[in-house]
Amino acid sequence: MSMLAGIASFSTLGAVWGVIWWLNLFDRGLLPAPWEVLNVLTVQMTEKELWLDILLSARRVVVGVFCGLAIALPVGFILGWYKSVRAFIDPVINFFRALPPIALIPLVIVYFGIGELARLSVLIYAAFFSSVIVIYEGIKMIPPIYIRVSKALGATDFEIFKRIVVPAALPHVLTAFRVSTGVCWTTLVAAELVAAERGLGAVIVNGQNFFQVPVIFVGIIMIGAVAVIMDQLLRYATAHLLTWQESI
Amino acid sequence: MNTQQQEARERVIFKNVSKTYHGDHGSVKVVEDVSFNLAEGEFVSLIGPSGCGKTTMLQMLAGFVTPDTGSITLDGAAIKGPGSDRGVIFQEYGVFPWLTVQKNIEFGLSLSCNKRLGSNSKEIVSHYLKLMHLNGFENAYPKHLSGGMRQRLALARAYAVNPNILLMDEPFGALDAQTRLALQLQLMEVLTEEQKTVLLITHSVEEAIFLSNRILIISARPSQILRVVDVPFPYPRTPELTATPEFQKLRLELEELSMQQYAKQQELAAEEQ
Repeated sequence: MSMLAGIASFSTLGAVWGVIWWLNLFDRGLLPAPWEVLNVLTVQMTEKELWLDILLSARRVVVGVFCGLAIALPVGFILGWYKSVRAFIDPVINFFRALPPIALIPLVIVYFGIGELARLSVLIYAAFFSSVIVIYEGIKMIPPIYIRVSKALGATDFEIFKRIVVPAALPHVLTAFRVSTGVCWTTLVAAELVAAERGLGAVIVNGQNFFQVPVIFVGIIMIGAVAVIMDQLLRYATAHLLTWQESI
Repeated sequence: MNTQQQEARERVIFKNVSKTYHGDHGSVKVVEDVSFNLAEGEFVSLIGPSGCGKTTMLQMLAGFVTPDTGSITLDGAAIKGPGSDRGVIFQEYGVFPWLTVQKNIEFGLSLSCNKRLGSNSKEIVSHYLKLMHLNGFENAYPKHLSGGMRQRLALARAYAVNPNILLMDEPFGALDAQTRLALQLQLMEVLTEEQKTVLLITHSVEEAIFLSNRILIISARPSQILRVVDVPFPYPRTPELTATPEFQKLRLELEELSMQQYAKQQELAAEEQ
């Protein structure tokens, strides 16, 4: 059902785009026709190895999300569990969270140069700060009744952590996964501004440099498409892992 | 639940227990100089207005709250913290939504402190599934259960580790009248099968008389024991008992007494506003 709805909404979007082009509402040099973009997409795929750009970008996002989450999990847990630590660290986290990753790029270049590490560090940064807050809010919201029940049944601290905190926090960890994946895709272009030769961000930048508007469109559409597909996969995995959850 | 207990062994002793909470808006004394005993196999109910401090009394026995002064002992030893020798049933059920019915009941049995029970956990689980009329729902998640079933599941989970003291904080408060009666009868059934010492907090005078050996009427804050009532009716009790004139007379008498305390507590609450 949702699949059909998705197809329908994107077909409508394509149709509206086509109509706008046909009515010539914008300069056709600035708004290419949908089929023109589709043509460029096939050319890019077959002759310019666009799939390699997709793969590279997806890999960067995945690595960024995994590294960011790997740091965010313990930090988020400590912040959620220990109120005093939270009061101390929360303002700092909010400060860094408010910074757009793109503002950090000059600094990243100074520190890490213009290699892959520089690009990844921007993504890890984005993934960490977007997920840590979801995780710690999630840990904070674990109903204390579950802890009290398990204590009354004789659970040790480690058993409470393993058997109550972990499963009760899982929905929030999965949400953090989805949120940070989304944020990483939106940060990708910024990350690939750092002298990336390949990747979807690089495709867009190249399109701009050579004033190839259809190429820019191809890059944008591919980022959106891959992000939506990844999000759907995560959504599916979430539903599968959380069959016990009450639907809201 | 034996009315003819001669020189029953005292298991729980509250001795001059007081507790004050310190909040941002000053201190509130919730329990003042409370002393009472719970004998082996005895069923005691606490009746008192909301916010009067009776939950604090139960929480202190459960080991979640420590008294400021006085002492609480269980079999002669001071309470140091929560433990599986005291089963606690909360008003909010607290069934784990990520575990199936079967796994919820098994939870306590699978903890390291209850290892000795763990070896026949299968039998224990199926025993309580049947006793609580949950069979057929072994693999269901709590989201598919009604309120009454969730409370039965919470009861089964607490019973499974075989605590010989049960602490129940308004366990049937959120249920409709029929479910409530059914669970009261089931509780009696369980208690005739396995002797347990019970401390029950309730708002319902009728529930307290129907289930208990003894009722403690608790005053408005700070909690003090206003009156101790021995319930004269022998076990096993049936719902017909509630229709007898003796039962009704006792009910009216206790209701009047507790209503006065409810009014006092409301005045207290109004003053604080």
